[in-house]
Amino acid sequence: MTWIVRNLWLIPAFPALAAGLSALAKQRNRRMAASLAIGSMGLSFLLSLVAFVHVVRSGGHGETAKEVFNFPWFQYGGEWLKLGWMLDPLTAVMLVMVSFVGLLIFIYSTGYMSHDENFTRFFCFLSLFAAAMLGVVIANSLLLLFMCWELVGLTSYLLIGFWFHKPEAAAAAKKAFITTRIGDLAFLVGMVWLYSQTGSLLFYDQGSGCLEHSALAGLVAQTTCIGMAASTGIALLIFAGAVGKSGQVPLHVWLPDAMEGPTPVSALIHAATMVAAGVFLVARVYPLMAAHDGISLSSTSTTALQVVTWIGAITAVFAALIAVAQDDIKRILAYSTISQLGYMMIGLGVGGVAVGMFHLITHAFFKALLFLGAGSVIHGCHEEQDIRCMGGLKRFMPITFATYAVGMLALCGFPLFFSGFWSKDAILHAAQLWTISRVPFYLATFGALLTAFYMTRQMYYVFFGESRLARKRDSSHIADFGHHEHGITASVHESPAVMTMPLAILAMFAVLLGVIGTPAWPWFDSFLNGESATLHAAGFLEGGVLPVMILSSIVVFAGLGLGWWFYGSSPITSAESADALERLQPQVFRILRNKFYVDEIYDATFIRFNAWLSHVSDWFDRWVWNGAVWTVSHIVLGLSWLARSTDTYVVNPGFDEGCNAVTVGGRLLGRLQNGRTQNYLRLVGVAFAVLVAFLIWSGVR
Amino acid sequence: MTMLPPISCLTIVPLLGAIAVLMLGAKSKKLARGLALAFAFVALAITLILWFRFNPHSGGLQFEEVYSWIPELGVQYHVGIDGLGLLMLLLSAIVVPMAMAASWQIQGKISLYFSLILMLEAGLFGTFTALNFFHWFLYWELSLIPAFFLIRLWGGPQRATAASQFFLYTMVGSVALLLAFLAIFLCTGKFDFMDLADLAKNGQLVSAFAAISDWHRFTAEKIALILCSGVFLGFAVKVPLVPFHTWLPATYAEAPAGTTMLLTGTMSKMGVYGVLRILLPIFYVQLRVVRTPLLWLAVATIVLSAYAALAQKDLKRIFAYSSINHLGYCMLGIFSILKFTGDDPGLATEKAAALDGVFLQMFNHGLTAATLFWFVALLEKRSGGLRGLDDFGGLRKVIPVFCGLMGIALFSSMGLPGLNGFVGEFLIFKGTFPLAIWPTSVSVLGLLLTAIFILTILQRVFSGPLQERWSHMPDLTVQERLALLPAIGLMFVLGLYPQLVLGVINSTAMQMVQQLRF
Repeated sequence: MTWIVRNLWLIPAFPALAAGLSALAKQRNRRMAASLAIGSMGLSFLLSLVAFVHVVRSGGHGETAKEVFNFPWFQYGGEWLKLGWMLDPLTAVMLVMVSFVGLLIFIYSTGYMSHDENFTRFFCFLSLFAAAMLGVVIANSLLLLFMCWELVGLTSYLLIGFWFHKPEAAAAAKKAFITTRIGDLAFLVGMVWLYSQTGSLLFYDQGSGCLEHSALAGLVAQTTCIGMAASTGIALLIFAGAVGKSGQVPLHVWLPDAMEGPTPVSALIHAATMVAAGVFLVARVYPLMAAHDGISLSSTSTTALQVVTWIGAITAVFAALIAVAQDDIKRILAYSTISQLGYMMIGLGVGGVAVGMFHLITHAFFKALLFLGAGSVIHGCHEEQDIRCMGGLKRFMPITFATYAVGMLALCGFPLFFSGFWSKDAILHAAQLWTISRVPFYLATFGALLTAFYMTRQMYYVFFGESRLARKRDSSHIADFGHHEHGITASVHESPAVMTMPLAILAMFAVLLGVIGTPAWPWFDSFLNGESATLHAAGFLEGGVLPVMILSSIVVFAGLGLGWWFYGSSPITSAESADALERLQPQVFRILRNKFYVDEIYDATFIRFNAWLSHVSDWFDRWVWNGAVWTVSHIVLGLSWLARSTDTYVVNPGFDEGCNAVTVGGRLLGRLQNGRTQNYLRLVGVAFAVLVAFLIWSGVR
Repeated sequence: MTMLPPISCLTIVPLLGAIAVLMLGAKSKKLARGLALAFAFVALAITLILWFRFNPHSGGLQFEEVYSWIPELGVQYHVGIDGLGLLMLLLSAIVVPMAMAASWQIQGKISLYFSLILMLEAGLFGTFTALNFFHWFLYWELSLIPAFFLIRLWGGPQRATAASQFFLYTMVGSVALLLAFLAIFLCTGKFDFMDLADLAKNGQLVSAFAAISDWHRFTAEKIALILCSGVFLGFAVKVPLVPFHTWLPATYAEAPAGTTMLLTGTMSKMGVYGVLRILLPIFYVQLRVVRTPLLWLAVATIVLSAYAALAQKDLKRIFAYSSINHLGYCMLGIFSILKFTGDDPGLATEKAAALDGVFLQMFNHGLTAATLFWFVALLEKRSGGLRGLDDFGGLRKVIPVFCGLMGIALFSSMGLPGLNGFVGEFLIFKGTFPLAIWPTSVSVLGLLLTAIFILTILQRVFSGPLQERWSHMPDLTVQERLALLPAIGLMFVLGLYPQLVLGVINSTAMQMVQQLRF
């Protein structure tokens, strides 16, 4: 075992250490916290590169490309529970992506958060997040993965609620944690079930891991009470965890609200890495998802994978539709993220690990770019987030505009020159070949159209036309920034280099990454599958590749064209004027703007039901259980009252009478014995006289 | 230590301390507190010595002491500990100094207060070590009396009702327990737990009950079941299980903080311990008959108490219900291992996992819940007695250290991985799932509800806009931070390295599973 595999734990350990140190640091040690975070992330990135190079050089062995290091954690019964980490192509790719994007966003944050009073705390949480996320990536145990997964959720919670004094932020953080926890608990049950069936939670352990052949064969053979193979049941429960984390329908509601967090957080956690962890999870347990008895099914259409595909397809279109009618620059991107995560799920469902993962990687770069661009816009416009109040920013923020345009085109899948095109095309191509149904393919194509449309809309609102910022802004607010004399538009400024430099680097990758996954040179696909890629131009001509490429290009152009027709052809003049789509279809637009009323439906059903149940059980406690106790105790009290009454009115009077009689008698007798000798003598004298008299009287007779 | 019997010494130390504090501490507050804390630390030191001298590879009783006492009545002085007993001793020895620290500023007769705490500690040590019903029951009741006076004399405005409710409720349980054991003695002539467990294992216990089967013409099996429910009632009140729990929220809310810490941290474990040490080994045959209803009773405890916690506005009441919820997981684990599995080695391992989880959960809950009530006490000290969910807001701005540390304790209570709560809950679920699939799956709901009410606390108390009246609230002092540090540190240590505890208790769990095999 090589040095890097043995010491892979160092990659998450550096940021964890940084988080620990800056947690103990004083608030004013800003420079130290930022340097610690960036330094540790830099080290992690370097180690990730070492790991990546190691995998590339030793690659080409298929299953044996997985190198693992397991260690015992604690014992129970006669067994030890083991944890471990692993290095395989999937891990290597994710490590490099997470640490690189993370590093860039850390650097960007030093600019974006420079005025924040809790700067130190911010980098502490961010480092903790990086540690947990890298832990998810290297885990070779479902339990270790779950633990890091929960910690990722914790840091997401802490960072969404970073501006905790805002009630919306606090509420959004809570909502995010609870919504994802619903999925996580299904995940927990799935994990426990898997453990009880296979006796191991290690993924790979020299033949006895839970993703290895013997364990899977046992799972497939086992049928549960509803006629489903145990493998399917477990896979679906684990997938529920992914649904929560990756914001898939119906657990998507938390992700748009999570935009209350600082923008670098949205970029890192809620776009590039954490929300993709669900996709990564499915990719990691793919052997389980695809486990089948080998007779009745082809490997890409097990029940579990069908569910993955359908959920992904529905989410892709559902979220894209909502994105069309949003006005908050970050919320549009959030819905776009949900939609793109849906694409990744489709890719996993229909095409396998490489297809879904390729989109995950390209998306991480261009969506981080878009979010950081949005952050730059918000920063430049003094915390304005409503796109209706922007406009004309192209002139003031040229670098942001150029890089944002690159990100936007990559997201839309603009043909040939942008990475998003290639990764989305691979998904569409695989969906088109899916034997179960063509509907996901149509949904995905429609989603692509919508994506191009809503991104064009956003571009026109934000960067083109005349600035509408002045009309809404209160000039006294702007005066705080010291730009009063120059007017409003002059105060809109390009961001500092520490923020634009990461944008430029990300933009570069948003273009270049496409190279590694074209049909002519599918390096990424081969790398993940442990093969070596060969260059063959004929790849374009095989099995329907070209028609799908042409179709998706047409769709993208149509989306861009529609966007231009609605929002570009006649300039948007006022922040208050109705949206072009709203004028055309007010009812539909209202439904979309209100996000299909999902939040309202949940409020009226689950949340109300929950509140009702909690009141019922409180009521039960106060009145039924306590009532029973109260009744019993009052019966006892009643009995004792009865006993006392008998005492007072029956027993006591009789007793008192007796006592009185005794007392009187006693007093009389007592007088006889009052201790005076004279009295005694007198009594003796009297008695003697009486006795003498008696004797005389009796003697006379 | 080689000369003195360690367990008897351990039990006597707090008793001596109680007397010393009462006699010497009457004049000076400082002396009373210092003396009490010193005795508590001596007890902790003895417990730690026991911990390190304990042989973790043996699941049986260690440090046993047996003396003949009243042979005619089958009464022996018999004490000893296995891994479970040791863990409970350690928990008590840790929680008592914490409770003392939380009571540092208590008003009134300080010497009496601290002396009662020490007396309670003696009761706890005795209960966790005694193996003969006779003196076990004395200790069991001995712990009750100081608790009653602590609540009655130092409690909140409703203290009189709460104290009586607490006392009567547990008294009813104790009476049931006592009557059942007298009946058992009548039939078997034995008071020793180990002897009775052996009788049960050999199947002679039920036939012994035939001696009184002319009583209402019940069969011996029926009588066994009735006696079993008597003992069960005694423990069900103490744990507590729904519906025997209504004394708890009122008591926890009204008791002074230090006492609440003792109640939740240690006395609630007496019930679970009793089930494990007494009820299970003696009556497992009878319990197995009613296993399914018992499992659902545990599920009801978990879910209903979590729902009830959601409806509370008082922090102490929330944590009180949360305590019921956490102990519900213990009961779920215990009832699940009643399943008859014969010689299946796989399921025996699952049972051991569940039991390990139960032990761990007992310790973790004691630590975390006690710490949480401590934080409430610290908050009350700063707010002049307010502790409602809606009385605060945005406290993170003024008292960040307090919020950070209490946040850690709250997440520990939620079972976040990396902190102590997680491993215990995971092991319970892992072991219980194959033994009782549906009850386990339903009780997962409790984990969700716990997250909801804990996050609601974080949202309402720590976040949001700051209320003007709290803008000068002082953060934790250095002394308070230092006092809290061991508890918080232990949460991290046990979360990351649970083997520290599991290494000691695992053999005991395995032995217990072996014992209940038939």
